[in-house]
Amino acid sequence: MAFFLETLIGGLMAGMLYSLVALGFVLIYKASGVFNFAQGALVLFAALAMARFSEWLPGWTGIDSPILANIGAFVLAGLVMFAVAWIIERLVLRHLVNQEGATLLMVTLGIAYLLEGIGQGFFGNDIYKIDVGMPKEPVMVLENMFEGGILINKEDFIAALIAALLVGALTLFFQKTATGRALRAVADDHQAAQSIGIPLNRIWVIIWLVAGLVALVAGIIWGSKLGVQFSLATVALRALPVVILGGLTSVPGAIVGGLIIGVGEKLSEVYLGPYVGGGIEIWFAYMLALVFLLFRPQGLFGEKIIDRV
Amino acid sequence: MREIGDVILDLRGISLSFGGVKALTDISFDVREHEVRAIIGPNGAGKSSMLNVINGVYRPQQGEVILRGDHFKRMDPYRAAKAGIARTFQSLALFKGMSVIDNIMTGRNLKMKANLFQQAVWWGMAAREELAHRAKVEEIIDFLEIQHIRKTPVGRLPYGLQKRVDLGRALAMEPQILLLDEPMAGMNVEEKQDMSRFILDVNDQFGTTIVLIEHDMGVVMDLSDRVVVLDYGRKIGDGSPDEVRTNPEVIKAYLGASH
Ligand SMILES: Nc1ncnc2c1ncn2[C@@H]1O[C@H](COP(=O)(O)OP(=O)(O)OP(=O)(O)O)[C@@H](O)[C@H]1O
Ligand SMILES: [Mg+2]
Repeated sequence: MAFFLETLIGGLMAGMLYSLVALGFVLIYKASGVFNFAQGALVLFAALAMARFSEWLPGWTGIDSPILANIGAFVLAGLVMFAVAWIIERLVLRHLVNQEGATLLMVTLGIAYLLEGIGQGFFGNDIYKIDVGMPKEPVMVLENMFEGGILINKEDFIAALIAALLVGALTLFFQKTATGRALRAVADDHQAAQSIGIPLNRIWVIIWLVAGLVALVAGIIWGSKLGVQFSLATVALRALPVVILGGLTSVPGAIVGGLIIGVGEKLSEVYLGPYVGGGIEIWFAYMLALVFLLFRPQGLFGEKIIDRV
Repeated sequence: MREIGDVILDLRGISLSFGGVKALTDISFDVREHEVRAIIGPNGAGKSSMLNVINGVYRPQQGEVILRGDHFKRMDPYRAAKAGIARTFQSLALFKGMSVIDNIMTGRNLKMKANLFQQAVWWGMAAREELAHRAKVEEIIDFLEIQHIRKTPVGRLPYGLQKRVDLGRALAMEPQILLLDEPMAGMNVEEKQDMSRFILDVNDQFGTTIVLIEHDMGVVMDLSDRVVVLDYGRKIGDGSPDEVRTNPEVIKAYLGASH
């Protein structure tokens, strides 16, 4: 029992991070109807900025407290993501209003390559460290309930907590503020939104900024675990099955989908892994997503896809 | 009572085509302040296209839109909204995932001043603003008699009520010019009467100038001060309801049309 719980909790914590990245996909998809292939590149770019700024800042300013350097780097990286969002809107999206979905998809592929190239050109293409002081050692909890207690990885726990807070804050922002309402309006109907005076351009900048900030947080969490390197750009693709499962248009779907996949991966690895020869963690999510595509292509929470006849 | 004023909106030589299809050919007419101006014509005559040109959803190849003396070669929907033009849509374009109240609240967007940061942390100004606008929206909800569905997601409402919400969202902008694209299509007699009353009240109480597309001739004759008639993208009549009704070309277009 304790072991099952341990696996379950591990899965939930991993899943929370998937949810966070999936949220980035969903936001952009809702607001502009485009599947953003550049999400992974955004994660890499943000993580690179964070890693290098925290390294450079002490030299530039003479700050020697690592905490201050990290805070400064976070703010700078946030500003960089804002600039990225602004430039993408200015140079790309603005000129592509009312284009076909496929065109926009190709454009995000292009943006992905550009971001990867420019990010590495600017910040370097080595492996860099992000050290925001995440605790590495695991802790035991519930020792008096289960024999031997449950082992929890503190780093994963804090990461999951941050992800959950961010998801919660974003949900509140979307539900409770005027801008959030405008974002939802744009997601539902571009033309009507414009006709009541919601500026599409500004909304797109905000959406890409939010996607960029989500990428920054994900980049910091993953970067401090795995190091900042090119492969971070592909980590985001692990959230792909999540959005298929949860539905591209649904914020709750992204959250629940992430948790299901996180838990599914861990449980299947532990309980099915021995029978199929291990490595199940790698393909489990995709298989689940495929099964879903067959039976419920709109995902768990997505809107029903009805083709006009 | 309202008194019809000067020309507020002037359309000059508007031509619009989609590929080979000529939707509008050299159309000119004007709209006076505080009047109800109807656009009628058979299916496919170009009425919706005309409305879309006025608020910049479509960009005509020729002609210009003159709004209070300002010439717009290219209008766009955002600028039109800022200039006080609101509209409803023939095929409903509500924000389906949102409640009635939220849909109407979006109409207040241009009037909100709090910046993103203030909203994000719900500071005094943003909160006060939200409440003030909410009060305005409740007035509109009372006016349109839709209190009972305030919190319902609009996607679940019957068609007639959705049309009312669409009008509510436009009214929330407190527009000077209101463009209505078949606000009564698909309604039963009673619903039509309600809608006619709302339109007349808006025009009367707030002095809002109204451009109205409508198929129901009875409604058009009752509501409008002047009528433009389009057929196959051309203007074939323009004048008071009585003048238009007796215009031989108009009669021919309507008798010849297959509806
Ligand atoms: N976006 C568009 N793309 C291509 N053709 C269009 C478009 N919008 C309108 N048209 C064409 O322009 C012509 C006029 O259409 P419009 O919708 O303005 O007519 P309408 O008078 O509003 O008709 P209805 O009474 O059916 O609403 C039609 O031939 C229509 O097919
Ligand atoms: Mg029409």
